[in-house]
Amino acid sequence: MTAPLLVFGWGNASRGDDALGPLFVERLRASLADTHGVECLDDYQLQIEHALDLVGRQRVLFVDASIDCRAPFEATTLRAAHDASITTHALSPRALLQVYRELQLGAAPPCTLLAIRGEGFELGAAPSAAALAHLEAAIEWAQLWAGAALATLD
Amino acid sequence: MTASLETAAQPQGLRRVAIDPVSRVEGHGKVTILLDAQNHVQQVRLHIVEFRGFEKFIEGRPYWEVPVMVQRLCGICPVSHHLAASKALDHVVGALPVTPTADKIRRLMHYGQVMQSHALHFFHLSSPDLLFGFDSEVNRRNIVGVAQAQPETARKGVLLRKFGQEVIRATAGKRVHGTGSVPGGVNKPVSAEDRALLQRDVAQMLAWAQDAVDLAKQLHAQNRVLYDRFGSFRSNMLSLVRADGALELYDGVIRARDAAGAILFDGASDQGYLDLIEEEVKPWSYMKFPFLKSLGREHGWYRVGPLARVQNCDFIATPRAEIERREFIEWGKGEPIHASLAYHWARMIELLHCVEVIQGLLADADIGAGGLMAGGARQRGGVGVIEAPRGTLIHHYEVGDDDLVTMCNLIVSTTHNNQAMNEAVRSVAREYLDGHELTEGLLNHIEVAIRAYDPCLSCATHALGQMPLDVTLVGADGALIDRIVKSSAGEFLRGVGP
Repeated sequence: MTAPLLVFGWGNASRGDDALGPLFVERLRASLADTHGVECLDDYQLQIEHALDLVGRQRVLFVDASIDCRAPFEATTLRAAHDASITTHALSPRALLQVYRELQLGAAPPCTLLAIRGEGFELGAAPSAAALAHLEAAIEWAQLWAGAALATLD
Repeated sequence: MTASLETAAQPQGLRRVAIDPVSRVEGHGKVTILLDAQNHVQQVRLHIVEFRGFEKFIEGRPYWEVPVMVQRLCGICPVSHHLAASKALDHVVGALPVTPTADKIRRLMHYGQVMQSHALHFFHLSSPDLLFGFDSEVNRRNIVGVAQAQPETARKGVLLRKFGQEVIRATAGKRVHGTGSVPGGVNKPVSAEDRALLQRDVAQMLAWAQDAVDLAKQLHAQNRVLYDRFGSFRSNMLSLVRADGALELYDGVIRARDAAGAILFDGASDQGYLDLIEEEVKPWSYMKFPFLKSLGREHGWYRVGPLARVQNCDFIATPRAEIERREFIEWGKGEPIHASLAYHWARMIELLHCVEVIQGLLADADIGAGGLMAGGARQRGGVGVIEAPRGTLIHHYEVGDDDLVTMCNLIVSTTHNNQAMNEAVRSVAREYLDGHELTEGLLNHIEVAIRAYDPCLSCATHALGQMPLDVTLVGADGALIDRIVKSSAGEFLRGVGP
């Protein structure tokens, strides 16, 4: 049975703070191990077939490292958008929602983007201390998000 | 002949067009074009900045970590690196050969990888150009445009890719950064549950893969002149083949043919790749230019990837793909096909072959039981050569007595195709740019030529695979005349402003 909540993080674990997405998923998966109704997935980057991971969900949380957001993190509501990342090997979450819509998979579930502030993305670097502190704050927020979302599900 | 466009006879006074990427984390590609006063093309160069830091990232690590760590090189074909590293390190642990179960599970993983990569490349990245035209409305040239115009085509592309990803998950243990293949073998069999899941859908995938070949053929038939001429030039071709000459993507011997199709060498061991290939450094490019030692620098460059593989082999050992290979060969009327757009057709024949191989392996009892690991006398190093989706991929390691990697050398398919992609861009620039004003549609012709090879700059430069471009037209006096920018998010801006 498809879990109603999906948490999907992405990034490269060997590129400094780009590891925040996969690290977030690893940490949240462990903390919610006894909680039914939440599936945690991660990948290197968003691709077209990930639209299929959204099917049957009631809430989706996308998680990525960002150098543009304010520290420690920003959570924003996502809407489908035909941005130009659609022409590349790596989709934005908005573009992924657009692919979902155009593939006629039905109405997309409500989606939130959790952008965690990162500082450095060098190959072979470990996540920075600042990024790891941002990660802690983001995990606390996500646990509350998951609890609230599960309480309001059908 | 386009080779003459590599260096202008008199570059002084020519205008310079630079097709340059916007900033990347590291590594990038750009195209520079020199035009004379009448906008005639005098020089064209594709520069790809090859980032060598990944070899250093690997050196000093324990060898058993390497098949997992190298997957972080590329988000597009991590499994190819996973398996090439495993094959190289099989030599270090003396697993020659690995067990039948390990060989078949690795093959299943690899053919799933090639299948999903080819599906992404054709349906997501290339079909918009091919279906709508290279200079059609820019907002339509993407997978969403395909989904609006031909929803079934887009849906098949997504589901073919998804199936390939599921094959990888079942064999590698995870959808991303799997650990299934290790030096000496694999660490788990395919579960009965996963096998049943994949077998349920494989017949449908086979039908859709056949549809994909038919679509590629149809595109060629509808516009033979374009498909035969666009980015066409003669070259040698290199790939692995099976010992009996069959198409082989996972493990085989190295064969090369000349531009007329005659075999240059055959049956060469992958362990001796350094005896066959040398890499030339050119002062204007950071990426090396490999060539066949036997032919020398000027005449020894070659193509790799689907176009080379489908023509380098003598036959394909699966029935549907073999029928399609024969039709493809007949298209050349007795001559090798050298047109860059034919990569797409060959790629879809390989997609069909992959699904046939996957279907066969799913029915093989060995993938669910049997010995997983082999071992033997320890060696100092090893070479792993595999046919990755975009072409031949070479991993070479040496390991010290302390188990730490002391030397790592990677030659990726984009490097093998460096000269060929330069020739493709020159051919297109001469045919379509010469004497014309710069437009977005023209810029896209350059991208279409590069994209036929699917260079995946993430692999060559170890950055993520996007192709942001900045085209600047500079007058003979150095003044900026015109500019088109495609940002890293893919948006187009035009103008001379800041």
